[in-house]
Amino acid sequence: MTSPAATLLKISGIEKRFGGLTALSDVSLHIQAGEIYGLIGPNGAGKTTLFNILTGLYQADGGKFLFGDIEYAGRSKPHILAKAGIARTFQNIRLFSNMTILENVMVGCHHHSHTGIWGAITRHKNARNEEQQIAHRAAELLIYVGINRAHHMLAKNLSYGEQRRLEIARALATNPKLLALDEPAAGMNATETDSLKTLLQTIRNHGVTVLLIEHDVKLVMGLCDRIAVLDYGKKIAEGVPSEVRNNPAVIAAYLGG
Amino acid sequence: MRNALKRFLIIDKRNAPNQKRLAWAAFAVLAIILLALPFAIDGLFGRGWVRVLDFALLYIMLALGLNIVVGYAGLLDLGYVAFFAVGAYCYALLGSPQFGIHLPFWIVLPLGALLACLFGILLGAPTLRLRGDYLAIVTLGFGEIIRIFLNNLNAPINITNGPQGISMIDSIHLGEFSLGRTQEIFGITFPAAHLHYYLFLIFTLLVIFVSLRLQDSRIGRAWAAIREDEIAASAMGINTRNIKLLAFAMGATFGGLAGGLFAGFQGFVSPESFGLTESIMILCMVVLGGMGNVGGVVLGGILLVVIPELTRHLAGTAQQALLGKTVIDPESLRMLMFGLALILIMLWRPAGLWPSSQRRRELIAPAPPSV
Amino acid sequence: MDIFLQQIINGLVQGSVYSMVALGYTMVYGILGLINFAHGEIVMIGAMVALSVIQLLTGAGFPIFFILLISLMLSMIVCMILGYSMERIAYRPLRNAPRLAPLITAIGLSIVLQTLAMMFWGREYHSFPLLFTNDSVHIAGAVITEVQIIIITVALVMMGGLLILVHRTRLGRAMRAVAENPSAAALMGVNSNSVISITFVLGSALAAIAGIMISANYGIVHYLMGALLGLKAFTAAVLGGIGNLRGAMLGGLLLGLIESLGAGYIGDLSGGFLGSHYQDVFAFFVLIAVLIFRPSGLLGERVAERA
Repeated sequence: MTSPAATLLKISGIEKRFGGLTALSDVSLHIQAGEIYGLIGPNGAGKTTLFNILTGLYQADGGKFLFGDIEYAGRSKPHILAKAGIARTFQNIRLFSNMTILENVMVGCHHHSHTGIWGAITRHKNARNEEQQIAHRAAELLIYVGINRAHHMLAKNLSYGEQRRLEIARALATNPKLLALDEPAAGMNATETDSLKTLLQTIRNHGVTVLLIEHDVKLVMGLCDRIAVLDYGKKIAEGVPSEVRNNPAVIAAYLGG
Repeated sequence: MRNALKRFLIIDKRNAPNQKRLAWAAFAVLAIILLALPFAIDGLFGRGWVRVLDFALLYIMLALGLNIVVGYAGLLDLGYVAFFAVGAYCYALLGSPQFGIHLPFWIVLPLGALLACLFGILLGAPTLRLRGDYLAIVTLGFGEIIRIFLNNLNAPINITNGPQGISMIDSIHLGEFSLGRTQEIFGITFPAAHLHYYLFLIFTLLVIFVSLRLQDSRIGRAWAAIREDEIAASAMGINTRNIKLLAFAMGATFGGLAGGLFAGFQGFVSPESFGLTESIMILCMVVLGGMGNVGGVVLGGILLVVIPELTRHLAGTAQQALLGKTVIDPESLRMLMFGLALILIMLWRPAGLWPSSQRRRELIAPAPPSV
Repeated sequence: MDIFLQQIINGLVQGSVYSMVALGYTMVYGILGLINFAHGEIVMIGAMVALSVIQLLTGAGFPIFFILLISLMLSMIVCMILGYSMERIAYRPLRNAPRLAPLITAIGLSIVLQTLAMMFWGREYHSFPLLFTNDSVHIAGAVITEVQIIIITVALVMMGGLLILVHRTRLGRAMRAVAENPSAAALMGVNSNSVISITFVLGSALAAIAGIMISANYGIVHYLMGALLGLKAFTAAVLGGIGNLRGAMLGGLLLGLIESLGAGYIGDLSGGFLGSHYQDVFAFFVLIAVLIFRPSGLLGERVAERA
């Protein structure tokens, strides 16, 4: 399944401090193109902080990461990284709740569409075509993630599980190479989690690498090709699920030993 | 009105033919009403009310410009009137005896709009990363700075003529045809107030058209996304700074345009017309009418020009008629009623009189199924 | 040197008034995230009420100290009632409304209060009676009047008291809890409604004192005095970092100093091109510059974006 493909994301020595608190210290990871990579660890281990650095919401205090062929010092603006091909979802769902579900996904198409002020006002042929293409693509993505709802429904009126799926659709609309999901199964029941698992596998099979933060150990173990474990801002283990499961440091971290 | 307009402006190809015909009929009726309005008002209430109408159109343009900044992009701007001032003074300086320059209005007007746009970018570029209320106070400061400069740039070199302002500004004219005096066209007499009405109407419709088109576009969606959640928007690849700057520049452009028209209409500008009160008044139009909704903003603009005029009459004449004498000074009563109206309308309809369609859709959308 | 010192003194006096008013803005903002645009009008009403009381009692042969105390008490009480009712009528019903709705009711209130004051006290400038002898102290060539000494002292005492109240008492803890998270505070048994009311009442009391202070300093009261003062004080609160009490104090003092030094030296600085009427421009430029480099104000916490 994971043929020795090229490294998509190479994180080296990332540091992040909040005042006196060290949230991440010397974290290094390699993520291969085409794999599903899990990031686990107890609450406060620094998983979301790492996500925020990868997507430009936080600035790293040290270290760098190589994505594709470009090196980042962890100080780029979010939209630059989104353009580069890192898309994400949020732990505490951050949809545009008063926009329709179609519009939410269409916003994801923003950076690879071009209509400016003039096109918006005149609606010349190219602008109309682009708008149609975006709407079409957004509608496809909604079906792809399994949301069968009226397009003009407001995002906030979706059920919780659907909102998580909508976030995934919105992120996919940016045409990412790497899809970073922050606890996508949180608050889902077993059936929903199951279909989420299928969805993530489909996404991977379509060539998008998936980076996953998740607390549902069963989901992570069953889904991920490789897993890294963070504890107190440090990577304490990395490997295929079976290795990680039996790693004494991991067991200690989870049992608080 | 908005739906009819919208249907006209954005012809929906999926509409059934007779629906389309209905829309055209509605549009035709609306057009006739708008064309006949100044004559009807003139006949019913007098010439003064036609001028009120002209001002209402100017304020609608301003409110729509501010609506792009506040309603679309969600940025609180408390100094919007500065852009109005820039447009007005640009027109005044380049079309009056002040410097003896008399450029035609079709050069000065776009120039004023462009200059205002430039000011918008100058103000926005360093400040747009500020959070909501910090941005509000910075824009407020900017508005005051512009006003104070206008007030004091009469020495050592006299540029703005200080508090006296600039008078004898050229009327809006094309060649020999001036809107400043009564004209006869096809045997119909058009007084100056009527002529300005038609010109302002054209520009107002233009601003409405642009607003609607922008709202329903890639740019409009990006604005809405930033308004809803700036962090999520940036994570989705939107360059939030540029998109916000675009909103600022568009809003400023409309402000500058209205400013130029104001100067040509009034024939006189002074710093007094561009104080914080005006900025706040325009903001009130936007919020009271219904932020983000073009129809609501137009309604807000009309109401906030008409209500004070109406209360002026009510406060004076009605008090006389009802009580037989003037108990409260009419001007005070007018302000009192105006203040109370603002409070009561907001308490009654916190989202504005005519909230944006997103709020309406929210009511129509089916309830989420229980998980 | 003496001019410099004089400007510093004037700046401190003006600044302590700004600080007192800025505290009212910042407390309300800290708790509700709302700009109480009508706060400046409360300052004006406070000054007006004090003026009327003093005028009423002056001829009656009471000692000055007594007159001052009564006028202070009454104007504080009126302002506190006003602040309380303002919150109840115009802000509380809109607590869950769109963010700008309460801004408009605040503007409405501001217009109503101004108009009422105009109807009651007239359009003219009133001279505020001199309550103390016009004695003044000379320090190194600069002059400071008794009134100014009292203003600075009262302001310092009030601000110190407020800090103790907020940081050392049960009520203060409740206020901070509500500011941090209203629903969590409610779960912990804090009655957030009454805490909010108390915040308004406290801010209004400070505003009343500030109103009397500034009127005594300039000797003039006018029904429009609240608007510009409120604007400046709000600017001061933002300068210091809105929502932060120490920030409001610092911002107020700084703004006062910037204005008076700016007015004193702006002519020299610009080679005579800009006169002292650019004083306000100076203040706003400093504000904008500060915010560009410190987007959350001088003492404002840097709000890490919660992603």
